[in-house]
Amino acid sequence: MSQASQESAVNDKNMTASGEPIIQIQKMNKWFGQFHVLKEIDLEVVTGERIVICGPSGSGKSTLIRCINRLEEHQEGQIVVDGIELTSDLKHIEQVRREVGMVFQHFNLFPHLTVLENCTLAPIWVRKQPKAEAESTAMSYLERVKIPDQAHKYPGQLSGGQQQRVAIARSLCMQPRIMLFDEPTSALDPEMIKEVLDVMIELADTGMTMLVVTHEMGFARTVANRVIFMDEGQIIEQNEPEEFFNNPQSDRTKLFLSQILQH
Amino acid sequence: MTQGVWEADSLNECRKLRESIGENTNVACWAVINERWNQLLFGFYPPESYWRPIFALILFGFAISPVLFTTVRKELYILTFTSPFLCYWLLWGDTIWGPVSAAFSFLLGILLFQQISRSKLSILSVPITFVFVVLYWSFLLTPVAEQLDNFIPISLTYIPSKEFGGFMLALIIGITGIILSLPIGILLALGRQSKLLIINKICVFFIEIIRGVPLIVWLFTASLLLNYFLPPGTNFDLMLRVVIMVTLFASAYMAEVIRGGLAALPVGQHEGSSSLGLNYWQSMRLIILPQALKISIPGIVNTFIGLFKDTTLVVFIGLLDPIGLSNAIRATTDWNGIYWELFIFIGLLFFVCCFSMSRYSQFLERRLQTEHR
Repeated sequence: MSQASQESAVNDKNMTASGEPIIQIQKMNKWFGQFHVLKEIDLEVVTGERIVICGPSGSGKSTLIRCINRLEEHQEGQIVVDGIELTSDLKHIEQVRREVGMVFQHFNLFPHLTVLENCTLAPIWVRKQPKAEAESTAMSYLERVKIPDQAHKYPGQLSGGQQQRVAIARSLCMQPRIMLFDEPTSALDPEMIKEVLDVMIELADTGMTMLVVTHEMGFARTVANRVIFMDEGQIIEQNEPEEFFNNPQSDRTKLFLSQILQH
Repeated sequence: MTQGVWEADSLNECRKLRESIGENTNVACWAVINERWNQLLFGFYPPESYWRPIFALILFGFAISPVLFTTVRKELYILTFTSPFLCYWLLWGDTIWGPVSAAFSFLLGILLFQQISRSKLSILSVPITFVFVVLYWSFLLTPVAEQLDNFIPISLTYIPSKEFGGFMLALIIGITGIILSLPIGILLALGRQSKLLIINKICVFFIEIIRGVPLIVWLFTASLLLNYFLPPGTNFDLMLRVVIMVTLFASAYMAEVIRGGLAALPVGQHEGSSSLGLNYWQSMRLIILPQALKISIPGIVNTFIGLFKDTTLVVFIGLLDPIGLSNAIRATTDWNGIYWELFIFIGLLFFVCCFSMSRYSQFLERRLQTEHR
């Protein structure tokens, strides 16, 4: 199953994603107190693009994607998502968040609601969908992540991999135009990583715009259009995966790749 | 103990009966409870109207049931919203149109709030609604009630607050305080966590001031000091003042208990709900508060029980709660010298109520348990 989907992803990748830009970040700077965490970030993402962001811990990669749906506030520069500029205007922030789904390292499912309720909550309250419609959409997404039979359980009764798949389905239920993944497999046991990656590969096949912070280099090779390497708050290098892995330009990238690809 | 004296009109008669049972008997004289039963429960409430508080209590039981138990029919929620006004009318009497007019003001307030929140002035919806309700209460409440009363007079005999007493008084103050302190406490806790500086500072100030001063001081403030600040001639019911003070006092404690629950939630829950596009109030109502309140259940019920028992402090400002009545009973020539029978009875009444609250909280915790079941 996953073999097939991986192949299709590879085939897909050759078609360059050539939509209009959906995320534009210009000269963005961010500080945590005195600490300059993101420095002069420039990034443009076009519709349908699948970007993997990697780098050592503390390099600012998570902070970067958290700025895209304003879970973190940037202090300088400009971020425009789907034509909406992110400022302190709450209306704009809510508009952007409706179009941008996010999957977290620790799932962040709502433990007091069932899996189905987790998925229908935002469509009902934010998109004002009727309950029945939201539930049928949710069931179809739960089928896509292959856990429709767990719909009436609580998150606490599921395994980590299942929880992360629910989290993906929950984000998809809002029918976002962009999906952000913040180290989606880092908190999982090794044998559960694959089931989550499989779901993400299938999602990539649908043409979803994806920004993924991950250390899964296999995933980057097969799925990404572009790999971005960050260190100390800067984008050091970005390239197509083939070029990135086989022919890294900077010494810092070479060092990083040699360290993580050793085993 | 079980075979105490149950039928006697005074302590002397009780002692005689006790000797007739046998030498060296040391049985209790429960007759005092038998003889003063109504007084201990209702104070000086007119006996011909005893059905009113009883009926109000039953009504309250039905009204609160859908809130406490999910298995109860949802139609009862109608009672939940109407019973405060009905109970007020039953207890104090006078024309029914006063409480109806008050209910009407809240209804109008809610409608107004909804209209404004949808319009461009949505930021001002809370202050405008607040001002409207205050204006209604100041200028329209009584005239509207009087007009309606002229039209269709429905009323019960008016019973002033000073005739209220006994366990009924403790229940009225306790239940009102419990019901009102929870929402106020939630708002204070959210306010204390707010990033809006003014709201934050007001809430911190309120909580620290109220919590830092003993309840008995606030009760004296309510009974003595408040009169100096109110415009002369205003007749602001003492019992109402006490209820307000007890409520505010419990709210401050409640706020801190709930803040503990809010702080215990992982930050990921906030991020999860905002990443889905839920706004502040939606995220609080649907995600944060259900979990924070669940964590705080033991603390919340602790505060409820504390509040309920603290109602006995009103004896110091001259209200005739069960303790106040027991003092009065022991001061009569008939029952001078009786002590622990009364206090056991009062203790038992409070214990039954507090223990039920405790059991209910344990039931609720089990019901809300969602992991590994």
